[in-house]
Formats: sequence, structure tokens, C-alpha cells
Amino acid sequence: MQPAKLDLLQGTLDLMVLQTLAAMGTQHGYGIARRIEQVSGDAVLLNQGTIYASLVRLEQRGWIRSSWGTSDNNRKAKFYEITASGRRQLAADARYWERLTGVMDRVLAMGATPEGDAP
Amino acid sequence: MSRLKRARERAWAFFHKPVLDSDLEAEIAAHLDMAIEENLRRGLPYGEARRMAMIRFGGMDLMKDQQREARGLMKLDILLQDLKFTFRTLSRDRGFTLVAVVILALGIGANVAVFSVVNTLLLRPLPFPNAQQLMWIAPPPQKCGMSCATYSTDAYDEFRMYSRSYQDVTGYFAFSSPDNLALSLGGPPIPATSIDVIANFFQVLGVQPALGRLFTADDARNGAAPVVVLSDAWWRRQFNADPAIVGKAFDMNGHQTTVIGVLPRSFDFGAVFAPGTKVDAITPLNLYGPPRDWGNIITMIGRLKPGVTMAQVQADADAAAPHMCWNNKNPQSCGSYARHGVQDGVVPVPLKDYVSGKLRRSLALLWAAVGAILLIACVNLSNLLLARAASRSKEFAMRGALGATRGRIVRQLLTESVVLSGAGAVLGLGLALVLVVWLAHQGSFALPLLSSLRIDGAALGWTVLIAVFAAVFFGLVPGLRMAGGNLQESLKDSGPGSGQGRRHELVRAVLVVSEICLACILLVGAGLLLRSFLKVLDVDLGFQPEHAAAVSVDYDDNAPTGDLSAAKRGAIFQGILSRVGALPGVEAAGMVDYLPMGQNRDWGTPFPKGVKRPDKFPTGPLVYVISPGYMRAMGTRVRGRDFTWDDGPKSPNVVMINEAFARYLGSYGNWRKGEEVNRILTDGGGNDLHVVAVVDDVHEESVEGDAGWQIYYPMTQASPAGSHLVIRTQLPPAQMAASVMGALRELNPTQKAAEFRPIQTLVSHTVSPRRFFMLLVGCFAGLGLLLAAIGIYGVISYSVTQRTQEIGIRMALGATTDRVQKDVLWNTLRLALWGVALGTGASLLGARLIASLLFGTSPWDLPTYAGMVVVLFGVAALSGYIPARRASRINPMVALRAS
Repeated sequence: MQPAKLDLLQGTLDLMVLQTLAAMGTQHGYGIARRIEQVSGDAVLLNQGTIYASLVRLEQRGWIRSSWGTSDNNRKAKFYEITASGRRQLAADARYWERLTGVMDRVLAMGATPEGDAP
Repeated sequence: MSRLKRARERAWAFFHKPVLDSDLEAEIAAHLDMAIEENLRRGLPYGEARRMAMIRFGGMDLMKDQQREARGLMKLDILLQDLKFTFRTLSRDRGFTLVAVVILALGIGANVAVFSVVNTLLLRPLPFPNAQQLMWIAPPPQKCGMSCATYSTDAYDEFRMYSRSYQDVTGYFAFSSPDNLALSLGGPPIPATSIDVIANFFQVLGVQPALGRLFTADDARNGAAPVVVLSDAWWRRQFNADPAIVGKAFDMNGHQTTVIGVLPRSFDFGAVFAPGTKVDAITPLNLYGPPRDWGNIITMIGRLKPGVTMAQVQADADAAAPHMCWNNKNPQSCGSYARHGVQDGVVPVPLKDYVSGKLRRSLALLWAAVGAILLIACVNLSNLLLARAASRSKEFAMRGALGATRGRIVRQLLTESVVLSGAGAVLGLGLALVLVVWLAHQGSFALPLLSSLRIDGAALGWTVLIAVFAAVFFGLVPGLRMAGGNLQESLKDSGPGSGQGRRHELVRAVLVVSEICLACILLVGAGLLLRSFLKVLDVDLGFQPEHAAAVSVDYDDNAPTGDLSAAKRGAIFQGILSRVGALPGVEAAGMVDYLPMGQNRDWGTPFPKGVKRPDKFPTGPLVYVISPGYMRAMGTRVRGRDFTWDDGPKSPNVVMINEAFARYLGSYGNWRKGEEVNRILTDGGGNDLHVVAVVDDVHEESVEGDAGWQIYYPMTQASPAGSHLVIRTQLPPAQMAASVMGALRELNPTQKAAEFRPIQTLVSHTVSPRRFFMLLVGCFAGLGLLLAAIGIYGVISYSVTQRTQEIGIRMALGATTDRVQKDVLWNTLRLALWGVALGTGASLLGARLIASLLFGTSPWDLPTYAGMVVVLFGVAALSGYIPARRASRINPMVALRAS
């Protein structure tokens, strides 16, 4: 049986978008969505359209900025780019995630020590 | 920072929807194109490539909505959408909107107006700084009139010295009569009313002058130059608001009197201390001049020190009272104000309680009445909305099927009710404004502070509050019913007669019954008040106010006091009365110093000669000094003989006493009823007084109270405190005014151009608070009845419309028009029966609460209840008759074909 796709936790999509833009530089919405799908190995349940709510949220906060431009194959598209404050936010969020995953790892690792061990 | 920026961006986005939306469209289009292209490259046929791209993108509209929600202010968008939709539906249904708004406006308007009255009279502090510190200091209420409610100047001094609770104590002269001031500006003297106050009066109240200054102690000294402070109204009316008035001197009562100041508009002596009268000028009272020997003349007002409790205030007054002397020259009079003395104690009460405490119950009743009106209005609207909702059920079912949530539909319905009640509130506020302005200009109602009535911030707040309450109250029930309805049931062509219709009908019937019940309670309340008012008008006052009028007369008796003055006065009065009595149209004429329902005083208690006085006896009868002919002019019955001009200073002293006093004296003198005439009394000074007549008990203070004791002295033997000419005539007083004033001015050129007042107005003045409340409650009851009638009509008319088919079938099967009509009427009357039964029950239980407001009427007065039942059934029958007639006109063929 194929494993079910992961549901995105609240707020994680924003972080993924920021990281994608930081890694790839300027990119349009479709590009970002495809990139996230590829990196996650299609393990994330993502309606590509959801990306646009995330983009407008990030842009309104001033973490990314956008402008209309032309794509590789001469198509008009809106391109997004991370800002300086966006990078700061990304760093802060990433630290937070690392701490959280670290804690989660340790908590889940507890099961390795069998309960009621005799001395 | 980013949060603030986001809020700003969202607000910006809210106002730039078209640009942003087209941007989004373009972006999505580009997205899909790129996705399709990629799919094509992977070798999918175009159709499949497109399909896959769409699937990967997700629900197009949902995604767009998500973006919009993240971008702008979705809640506001929805609200605006609801509002737009509301305006569209309401303007499509103009008749409904108009009726709903008018009903609400009436309900809300009445509430706001009454709230303003209650706020002005009861809730708002008196118009003085720290008004809660002000106390009214008086003996407990007794039956002997103003003399028992006032203090002598000596007692005032002692109280001020010995009490510890007050920052200061002041007072004013309680016995000023209207038009006691004559202003001479060259022409005939102009009458005005002035009040004497103790010099610190304005300091204690905390009143600041608008112009000039107020009194100082020097203004009230012996030999001080006469000064006066003008009321704002008089300054404007009489002196054209002259800004340079301060320092000018005018001839007032024959003395050059200097205007030292003008009072602010916010201070109206009459509004606080003497409701329904206007006081034009304030003059200082010289405590150490002649008033010293005038006995009880001062009403006391004190300003408490901060933090003093009521218990301390009373203990303090009890401690000070034994030191108070009626007259310091007379040591036996010391302590007469103390508890168990003649006046039975000094009782300070908050000034506010004195001014408006008596009205508390009446105002509560008024408030309850408008509350009931609002409930009726809301119930009515609920009913209207339910009827509307029923006809819109398909619309809502459709919206539900298209994905609207239950919350969204309730929100839509609530938006509609808020818009309706908002419009009602605006219109109602307008109505309230008209009513309040009208009431504020009714000088004839003897209610305190009425002239300061206005719609203020509190009233606006109250408007918003009840508008919201009303919106929720009448909108929620239909809203929930609607949104909770069964989708399928409504979408199916559910014809009339289905289950839901029946349940609807029950709710509507309950609403109408409660409406009738409320109207019933209102009608009973108004009916009881009306009956009381009629009873009050029917009271035998001891005089006949119809066809009598009075005018204040000026005369000059500047002879030395005593017998000479009395003789001179006698000659003047005899001259006036013979002149006036001979005028055509005058049936009788006489003079008196105090008119009934006005001021009064007592001079101690005369006792039967030769009978030992008991140790303790009540304060004396009220004293009136009259001329021969006065009793006939007033229409008071006399048993014995009237005074004559021969009862002069040299002849034996004569008096008349009233029945009540005669009964009291008779119980000591062992007189049998009818034997009082020709008895001899002794007064406190040891003088003999011959009783020449016993007269009817006159209601001297109020129509509703019992008459107390009265004694009458002739003007030729005792000194009058003023003089009013009373004439009895069948002609209208205005018609008599010219000839009587002409005669008076011929005899005395300095006669004031005084107003000729029908005696009836004196009586009307004292019953005016009752008339005020009766009128308002009566109007509200009428309004309630009207709204209930609309409610009944609405329900019956709606049910006839719903049952058109059923009625058609019955008629086709042979039911007569008569039978159909009777059925509908019977339905109506069944509702009315329930409502009246419940309402009567509630009224019977509740009427006890207003028992203290009634006069000579039982709270369970049968005619009132019977009248209410007749009126309500009449109105119900009428409201049911119109739909019943319509039902009986239904053409079976048309009805059956219709659906």
C-alpha cells in the first residue's frame, strides 16, 4: 500500500516557500510549487493553488517582494524574491524548526529504552 | 512591525479588489499554462495535460478565495455583501419595510423620550456641583402647611451653629407670592416674581454668576443698599439681554434697586424648588431685620462635609434640634423643633429626594409602560418577519443548497433586522426629539427640572442599546427558525397545510397572544390612572374654581401699624370692592391674602374660652385674612354670618373657622354639631375671638390631600400678608380683565399690570403632575393597542392567505360565506380571549404595584377592567373582520386553480 501523503502543518508552507526562494533566487509561483513537490519527493499533499495565499501573506509582511517579468520560454509571469527581512525571518523560523524537531526526535527516541528494566 | 504592515496591506487590499483580482487571474493563468506545457512535454495529449494541471492546482474558486481571505478583510466583505443584499431585498418589499420601520420608530421613540424624562428627573444629579452633598432640612411632613415645614431665623442661626455635618447651611424665604415685585420703567408697573434668599445661598449651592456677582453678607445687612440678581430668562425677556446691565438701578417696589449680577442659564430656581413657577429675580434676605419676628419662614438647605454618612447627619440634627428656638426672646420656645416637640424633629433628606423622590413611582410606571410598548413592537416585527420568512423559505433553502452555512444565513437575517432597527432608531430619535422639546416647553406642568429636558449623550446611548436589543429580539427567532428549516422539505413544493406551516402558526399565535396580553396590562394601567384623575377632578374642594378669577392688588397703607393702618386698609378695600362689585358681569368680589393651593401659614392654636388647654396639642390652623364677600366670591359655603365692614379695629374680634377645626374645638368645648357659631375662643395672646361662622373645609395645599384646619380673620382686624382680589363672574376672565384693571388703576395709579388668573388654573397646576403621567400612560396604552391591532390583523390576514386553497375547497364542498367568515372571526377572538385572560391575570397581580399612584380608585376597579375587555375584544373583532371578509369572498374556482 502506498503511504498517505503528509498533511502540511499550519505555517510550514510559508517556511517552505521562504526556503525555496532563498535557495533558488527569483522564481514564479508555479516554479516554487514544483520545486517543493520535487524536494519533498511528492510526499507532501499540496494543492498548487494554496501557494498563492501563502505568497500574498509573505509579501504583505514584507518578507518577499514580487514583480512581473518574462519566464525562460517567453511567458509573462509574476516573479518572487526574498527580501533581507525575509532572510532574517527564515533564519529565525529555521532555528525554531530545528529545535522543535530535535526535541521531537529525543521524545520519540524514548521508546528505545524498554520499560521496567531490571537493574 | 510585520504585523502592522500586514494590517495596513490588508486594508489597502480591501479597497483595491479589482486590480488585485485581475493580477491573481493573470498569475493563475500563467501557472496553468506552465503546468500544461510541462505535461505536454511529458507526452500527454492536450486534454489530459490540461485536466492534470487543473487537478494539481486544486479547486479553482476555493484557491482564489483562500488567497483573497489571506489578502484582504473577508469579514468586512461579507458584511458589505449582506448589507447590499439587505438593501436590495428591503427596497423590493417597500410596504413591509415601511410598516416595520414605523412600528420600530414608535416603540424606540417612546422609549427614548421617556428615558430622557427619567434621566432628567431621577437619574441625573441636580444641576449643581457635587449635588449629592446637598440636603433638604425640614421637620417630618405634617398637616399644618408651610409653617410646619420651615424654621424661624433664630432657629436657622442655632442650627447652623450647632450642627457639625455641614460645610454651610443656607435657606430661602418660603412665603413669597407670585408677582410680588413691581418693576417701574415709566409706564404701568410690570409684575415679576422674586425670592428672598440668605446671602450664602449661591455659595452653598455652588452657583456662579453669568454676569457680575452674587450676594455677599454685606448685601443682607440692616440698611444695605437694595440689590437684585436677575434670572437668565428675565434678563433676556425684560432687559433684552443687556450685556451692560450690571450696575444699573431700577425702580422695584418703589426702591432704586441695583442689578449686581445675572444668573447662568443652568440655574432656574423654580425648576428645582418650586416646579411649575417662574422666578424672575433673587433678592437677599436680611435675617436680622423685620423677618426676625415673622416666625417660621425659612426652608433650610445644607451642603454636607465630604464623607459624612446619613446616620451621622440624622444624629447631628437630633443633637442640634434642642438648641433651636422659635424666638430667642421667648425661652419657652427653645426646643420646640426637637423630637416630640411641636414640630417633632429635624429630618435632613438628600435634596434630590425632596425634589423628585415623590415622582419615583410614577416614573417607574412610565418606564414600564414604554418597555411594554417596545416589547409589543418587537413581537409585532417578529411576526412580520416570520410571515416574510415563510414566503422566503425557498430562497434560503436554495442558498443552503448552494453551500451557505447556517451561520451565514442567520447572519444575513440578523443584518436585515439590524438595518431595520437602525432605521427605526433614527426615525424614533426624531420622534423623541419632537416630544422632548414639546415637553420641555410645557411650563404648566408642575414637575421639577422639566425645562432642562433634552436628548443628551446618555439618551443617544440608550437609543443604540434598545435598537440592538430590539434587532436581536425580533430577528433571532425568525432567523433561527428559518436557518433550521429542513432543506428538502422547503425545496419540495411544500404546499400549505404541511406540518411546518402548522408549527409556524403556533409560534405566531403565541406571539399575538403575548402582544394582546401586554396591551391589556397597559390599558388597565392607563384606565386606572384615568379613573383616578377623574376622581381627583371630582373632589369637593370647598370652593368653586369655575367662574372665579384672581388678580394681585397693590395698595398703599403706609400708616403706622396697628389700628390706624387697619382702618386705612379697610377704607381702601371697601373702595376697591364697591367699585369692582358694581362692574357689569361681576357677581361677587372679595379679597384674601393667600389663595388656596398657594402659600399658607399658622399663627398658633386658638382654644375655646374657659377650657384648659391640653399639654400637647397639634400646631394651629392655617390662617387666611379676608375681606367681606370673599367667601361668596370663592363659592365657599358659610354657616353663620359673613364678616362686614363694621367688624373694625374697635369692635370685638371676629373669626370664621372651618368644619375640621370646629370639630376639634368642639371635642374640648363640648359643643354639639351646629352650635359652634357665636362661641368665643382665646388666642395665645389672651384675646377673645368671636366665631361668627363655620365654613366648608377648603383643600388648601393639594386636591388629593385631606383638608386641614383653617381660620379666617377680617382684613380690618388682622394684617394681611398680601392681597388678591377674587371675583366671581360668568364672563371669561380675559373679558373682565380690562374693566377690573381699569377700576384698580383709577383707585391706585401704581397698580401693577398683573395677570388675571382663573382660579381653575391654580387647581390645574396642583393636579398637573397627575395629568402629565395620565396623558403619557394613556398615549402609550393607545399606541400599544394600535400595535396589537396591527399584530392581530397581520396574523389572521396571513393565515387566510395561506389557507386560500383550503377555504376554496370547503366552499366548493358547500360551506357558506357566513360560515367561513365566522370561522375566521372565531379564530381571532380565540387569540384575543387567551390574551385578555392572561393579561387580566397579570394586571390583577400587578395592579397592587401602582396602588399608591391611584386616587379613590381600587387597583381592582371593575369598570376599568370591564372597559379594557370591551375595548380589546372590539379591536380584535375589527382587526379580524377585514381578513374574515376577504376569506368569505374567495372564489372556490380561482382558489383551486391558483396553485
